[in-house]
Amino acid sequence: MRGAGLLTAAVFFGALTLLPFAVGAQWLLNMLIFTLMYASLASAWNLVGGYAGYPSLGHAAFFGVGAYAIAILFEDSVGDGYLPFFLLPLIGVGAAVVSVPIGWIAMRTRADVFAIVTITLLFITQTLAFNLRDVTGGAQGKSVGVAPFPVDTYGRPFYYAMLALLGLAMSASFYVRHSKIGLSLLAVRADEDKAHGVGVRVTAVKLIAFAASAGITAMVGGVWAYYVGFIYPQFAVDPLLTIGMVLMTFLGGRATLWGPVVGAFILVPAQQSFAYQLGASQVYLLAYAAIFLIIMLFLPRGILPTITDRLYRQGKHGEGSRAKAAGSSDEVTRDALRIAER
Amino acid sequence: MHALVQAVILGVLTGGVYALMASGQTLIFGIMKVVNLAQAAFVILSAYLTFSLFTLTGLDPFLSILITTPVLFVIGVATQWTLLRPLRPDEASQLSLLVTFAVALGLEGALALLYNTTFRSIQPGYENFSWTVSGYQVNAVRFYACLLSLGMLGLLYLVLRHTKLGWAIRATVQNPMSAQLLGVNARLVAAYGFGLGAATAAAAGAVFGMISPFNPGSHYDLISRLLTIVVLGGLGSIGGSIIAALAMGIVGSIVAALVAPIWSDFSFFVVLLLVLLLRPRGLFGARVRGAL
Repeated sequence: MRGAGLLTAAVFFGALTLLPFAVGAQWLLNMLIFTLMYASLASAWNLVGGYAGYPSLGHAAFFGVGAYAIAILFEDSVGDGYLPFFLLPLIGVGAAVVSVPIGWIAMRTRADVFAIVTITLLFITQTLAFNLRDVTGGAQGKSVGVAPFPVDTYGRPFYYAMLALLGLAMSASFYVRHSKIGLSLLAVRADEDKAHGVGVRVTAVKLIAFAASAGITAMVGGVWAYYVGFIYPQFAVDPLLTIGMVLMTFLGGRATLWGPVVGAFILVPAQQSFAYQLGASQVYLLAYAAIFLIIMLFLPRGILPTITDRLYRQGKHGEGSRAKAAGSSDEVTRDALRIAER
Repeated sequence: MHALVQAVILGVLTGGVYALMASGQTLIFGIMKVVNLAQAAFVILSAYLTFSLFTLTGLDPFLSILITTPVLFVIGVATQWTLLRPLRPDEASQLSLLVTFAVALGLEGALALLYNTTFRSIQPGYENFSWTVSGYQVNAVRFYACLLSLGMLGLLYLVLRHTKLGWAIRATVQNPMSAQLLGVNARLVAAYGFGLGAATAAAAGAVFGMISPFNPGSHYDLISRLLTIVVLGGLGSIGGSIIAALAMGIVGSIVAALVAPIWSDFSFFVVLLLVLLLRPRGLFGARVRGAL
């Protein structure tokens, strides 16, 4: 099972590594960059929102922190153009450190209130971006130095940076899924009080997941700012960005390794073609809301869990091969029990 | 000192308006354990309805509440019935958060399509009138709004205390299972409760449209304030949300007067984080297992 998973991952990342050489059109590469960006963001969100069951609506705040970090550090010059990429890990670690006290306060509350507190965090960050004019340029926005990359292949370094971040996010997700931390997180999601009762170090694992998620999100924000070259508070700290992450994770399947990626690869191209065909942002918003509602009402568990469940059921009727229902509720319960037995 | 007292007066009046919006929000949470992220969008929707009624027929914004309240009630019931009721109970709490957010986005898109995104305000002619009471300015619209909000809250209290629907709602809040066993139709109560919460947005929207300019995107600002208020007051406690709304109004306008208006929203959030640090369930919230 694990071998097959590794093979899938190798093929997926191999194909994505070669893809820019096959893709000539700028707009297509641009779309791929955004797809990878959302896939990384959704995978990062999944660590907190999926595995731990804490639906953060404030992740765009960390995205903004990363974006402004890059914009402030590289306002005038970016040197040979690769320096910002090498500094990303520092930004990620910085954001993760900052997120720990925030997460500690926010995660004292559960589900609904947690969502509210995190959305508040988003608005705090946006207000700061608007108001601290000396640092962020306020509503006027802030420009980032232009990278001296050749025009024909300008997007490629950004593409690979996003791909690397997706790799990082998915590795974190994989690690979480197959480690004691992951089992503890699933136990937290299933029943936090019971998990606490049987000795799971609830606060520690929640904070680890939150910090990892925030760090990755900030790094993605940094690459985004460098790529778009000019950032404004309302786009760097955007509620729609958060909603994008949530929606893609829900569409693909929460608490699964591939779910957020599947969601992003379906929704981002759809989003972009909507934006292209419908133009006016009003219709776009309406269409977005409609898709959102349809997913919530008809596919509340997401594509992957629905498919794997169906396969599992067919398998049971057939030759009895046990397809692994990733993230299905049985599995969660089983994992929680395993934790309880330790 | 003068500035401070003036700020407190303004804060109380503003807080009264927020109390009305927040009471609807917290009522919905109390009944169904649903955080309605569309509440602010309902407020903006009714601000636009009032705006249209006023510009088309010249109907006074305060009178138009009689029309907009039933409209918003129906919209609320319809939203609950078509979008929230079908959710699976074990996931309803998380999913409803997202569903109501989608409703807010949809309303924002629809309003932007109908009215485009320029800022509007409802100007019945007396919106800037104010009395001077021993040197302090008391804005008339805000004052009436505060009275209206007290009136609506009183009405809400009467409905909850003295009607069959009110009893059913309160029974459901206290213990959903027993309420059902005693013959309360939980689905209808949920729908009507959601409608009642949405209906409070009608009056709030009319007032909001007079005291501040709005566009379809204004619901983001508003929802962040509303959520801060209901969490601070303790989700589900109407009394708590009224006190929190007044406190927030006062803090916000003192910061606006003494520091700078751009930091007034910010002070809201800081107060919220401090309160949560000390008391995760809010000022008056009950411990609800799994919800808080």
